[in-house]
Amino acid sequence: MDFGSNSFGFPILSLITYIPLVGAFLILFINKEKTTVIKYFAFVVAMIDFLVSIPLWFAFDRTTWHFQFVERVPWIKALGVEYYFGVDGISLLLVLLTTFLMAISVLSSFNYIQEREKEYYIALLALGTGMMGVFCALDVFLFYVFWEVMLVPMYFLIGIWGGPRKLYAAIKFFLYTLFGSLFMLIAIITAYFYFHHVTGEWSFNLVKWTNMMHLPAGLQFWLFLAFFLGFAIKVPLFPFHTWLPDAHVEAPTAGSVILAGVLLKMGTYGFVRFSLPLFPAAANYFVPFVAVLSIIAIIYGALCALAQEDMKKLVAYSSVSHMGLVMLAMFALNPMGIEGSILQMLNHGVSTGALFLIVGIIYERRHTRLIKEFGGISKVVPVFAAFFMITMLSSIGLPGLNGFIGEFTCLAGVFKHNWVYAAFAVTGVILGAAYMLWLYQRTMFGRITNEKNLHLTDMNLREWIYMTPLVISFIWIGIYPKPIFNVMEVSVKHLVEQVNPDYYQKRLQHEAKIKKQLKMTKADHTAEIKVLD
Amino acid sequence: MTTVLPVPNLAAIGPEILVTVLACGLLLVDLFIPKDRKRAVGILALAGTVVTALFTMRYWNYSATTFSGMFVVDNFAVIFKEVFLFATAITILISLRYLEIEKVSLGEYYALMLFCTLGMMVMVSAADLVVIYIGLETMALSVYVLSGFMRFNVKSSEAALKYFLVGVFISGILLYGIALTYGVVGSTNLNAIAETIKLKGLKDNPVLMIAMFLLAAGFGLEIAMAPFHFWAPDVYEGSPTPVTAFISVAPKAAAFAALIRVFVVGIGLMAPHWQVLLWVIAALTMTIGNVTAALQSNVKRMLAYSSIAHAGYMLLGILAANTTGLAGVAFYFFAYAFMNMGAFGVIILLRREGIVGDEVDDFKGLAHTNPMAALLMVVFLLSLTGIPPTAGFIGKFLLFSAAIKAGFYWLVVIAVLNSVVSLFYYFRIAQAMYMGEAPDSSIPRPQGAPSLTVAIAIVGILTLFFGIYPHHLVELAKASVTTFIPFL
Repeated sequence: MDFGSNSFGFPILSLITYIPLVGAFLILFINKEKTTVIKYFAFVVAMIDFLVSIPLWFAFDRTTWHFQFVERVPWIKALGVEYYFGVDGISLLLVLLTTFLMAISVLSSFNYIQEREKEYYIALLALGTGMMGVFCALDVFLFYVFWEVMLVPMYFLIGIWGGPRKLYAAIKFFLYTLFGSLFMLIAIITAYFYFHHVTGEWSFNLVKWTNMMHLPAGLQFWLFLAFFLGFAIKVPLFPFHTWLPDAHVEAPTAGSVILAGVLLKMGTYGFVRFSLPLFPAAANYFVPFVAVLSIIAIIYGALCALAQEDMKKLVAYSSVSHMGLVMLAMFALNPMGIEGSILQMLNHGVSTGALFLIVGIIYERRHTRLIKEFGGISKVVPVFAAFFMITMLSSIGLPGLNGFIGEFTCLAGVFKHNWVYAAFAVTGVILGAAYMLWLYQRTMFGRITNEKNLHLTDMNLREWIYMTPLVISFIWIGIYPKPIFNVMEVSVKHLVEQVNPDYYQKRLQHEAKIKKQLKMTKADHTAEIKVLD
Repeated sequence: MTTVLPVPNLAAIGPEILVTVLACGLLLVDLFIPKDRKRAVGILALAGTVVTALFTMRYWNYSATTFSGMFVVDNFAVIFKEVFLFATAITILISLRYLEIEKVSLGEYYALMLFCTLGMMVMVSAADLVVIYIGLETMALSVYVLSGFMRFNVKSSEAALKYFLVGVFISGILLYGIALTYGVVGSTNLNAIAETIKLKGLKDNPVLMIAMFLLAAGFGLEIAMAPFHFWAPDVYEGSPTPVTAFISVAPKAAAFAALIRVFVVGIGLMAPHWQVLLWVIAALTMTIGNVTAALQSNVKRMLAYSSIAHAGYMLLGILAANTTGLAGVAFYFFAYAFMNMGAFGVIILLRREGIVGDEVDDFKGLAHTNPMAALLMVVFLLSLTGIPPTAGFIGKFLLFSAAIKAGFYWLVVIAVLNSVVSLFYYFRIAQAMYMGEAPDSSIPRPQGAPSLTVAIAIVGILTLFFGIYPHHLVELAKASVTTFIPFL
């Protein structure tokens, strides 16, 4: 059995995963009065982590779907649990997204967080370790451990540094996610026993599970539902989304960036990594169910966004809508849909992350996020307005920016699967343009309606530093997304072979048919010519 | 007919002899130690407990049956004895200063604790209903006195009296169960009971069924399982906090071990009956414990109800009636000893001159006044909730696995929903510590005595260690239940 390879020869994924944790541990020993030292130290740690993760991109072998940079040692032998890390084209992108957004979110917190800085940066860095572990783990038990561990720092981030209703939002976030993931735990244990029943081996190894455990359809049905509960709450899919606006609105800016940028991706990643390959029959069976929920999420999220008065809440609901599209495209179960879905995860990570940063920048100056408090401020803060403009356009999918590529690929994939779904999804895109443009118009254009906005300061150097890489990423993906598609192409193809093998068979038949037709026409043609002769 | 009494194998009861000698010795030594130096007795008791624990380890894989089959030493007994001795040692550590603050620093306290430990050690080694009863009474009598140890405190006296009255009543019920069993089967020896039930086909005998109910009730009191849980909150709240920590762990473990031995070995053939009984009790216990805990504002009461809930989770391991489940119970008791004693340790840390420190509000701002204690408390709370990377998670994982393996899906779903509820109230404490306003600086900061700090640090490290690397403890737990394989 092939478990992949590690071309580096040293555990690079573990290094990336634990650098933040070590950093958090070291911060414990810094005096809490020295806030500047703590801030810069945390930033340096996050930057080192990002830099260490970059070689992955270059060393990654794009020709195989096998897991790479693998680390595999027995962990809890008594239960057959392994410490098994590795990435394929799909998780590699999310790991890079995480390290990238971590560095940015640390930098964006410098001014926003004015109290208990020490604890804040410890929690933020510890959160980084949890997230990275989720994307790297290939042992289901290990995955579950990271999945849960990550909730704890997030709880404290929302609960301590959040807005007025932070306590409610924090515990709601925690309870919802724990609720879902405990059902997932039941499913994991059931699958674990089934695997033992089939192979006589105790193991949580995901590769073994996918290759050797062919679950009967009836069991797949229940296990899929249990995993669905865990992941759908995280995505969040309608009707499990109600924790999201609360958590987003109350969380500090960096918390929102991480929440939207990375945490929500864990849900969709969970579907790609676990639900689809482990329960293919159930996944196919539930396509209409997931599709309907996704479409509701797309349209309902967009309509809610239209009605919001608070900018942050608006962005939060737009997340619900965008993640609905990600889910819909994924459950098209064809290569284009899944590729689009993964690309859209990245896009949503950077675009929505940037939108939250934009809201954070304005909030730091005015301590309000109500749309009606602003108006015409593009005259006072032109640079800010420009950044806002690009971010907003990226979010609504203007051609030339990342959102367009993502949405286009998603919709094309969905269309291939079922044009009716695509038709509904498109309305979400239109509504998306509506609420974003309207938001921009109300806050930026026109006359300055509020005197308090007359003396706003424009973006400072630090804000430039963290917004620029994001904008570069919008343009890069918008103009030249090929490298990203290249990375995930083989992995996605392998996934589709696992979950929807019919797709390739049908395509082969279809191609054969076309070839035959072509031959026939050619033959007719020559016959005609002969007759003419 | 004359029977010659066989010579018992005294080596097999080495640890029990050691504890008896130690306890009696402490009573004697106490006479010669002046009143303001009673701490020395505690330190002596601690040293003795540690020595006994180390000595007991030598009995791993010892396997012996003596006293005409009434007393067995197997790995299961050994592992539980280690739980008791560990709990005793930690309790002594957290008591040293607390008793001085409460002005009840008396030498008898430590002797009583060791007598209690003796009773529990007899209980887990007993292979005869009568011996179990003797062990139980030895334990219970000591605990009655310990819970009323702050004799000038009304709540403490109330706790002792309440515990005593209920305890005596229930031990009567237990005796009645034993008597009925004897009446039907003609023996109180567990193996003999199993033999007779098998030979005579008594597994559906109605009188035995009643006996089963009564036995479950008898052990259920110490376990604090519903509907015999009502004494627990008052007793837990009123008792001196170290005693609460102790009785929430050790007697519960002893009663569980005895329950396992009686139900699995003695009336193992009646499993289909007692599985139904325990199913209902487990569901009730978990739900009542968690839901009521969520309504408490006093942390000691909250932990009392939560300990009821934990008993419910652990019942999953018994009623699954497979090795994973029994091993899960053994593992969970270690985890539970770490995390629960840790949590009580932090409550004791909050006890200062003039402050009782057991209300949720007393935890406010602990993250500022004592960040390390707050951090460790979070570890204990996570473990109690069953969130990795803590020992509590591994324990819950084992218990849930066992129940799933046995096919009790719905019960696991109930357990899972209960875990979510438990997060809600446990994290009220975390919320108070990290998000509550710190009290004004006129109140002295909570600062633990060295012994208390050591105790909390030890259990904190163990909670994390066995959460991150549980392999060896899981192996030990699995090895400890091999005795029961023939009966499963």
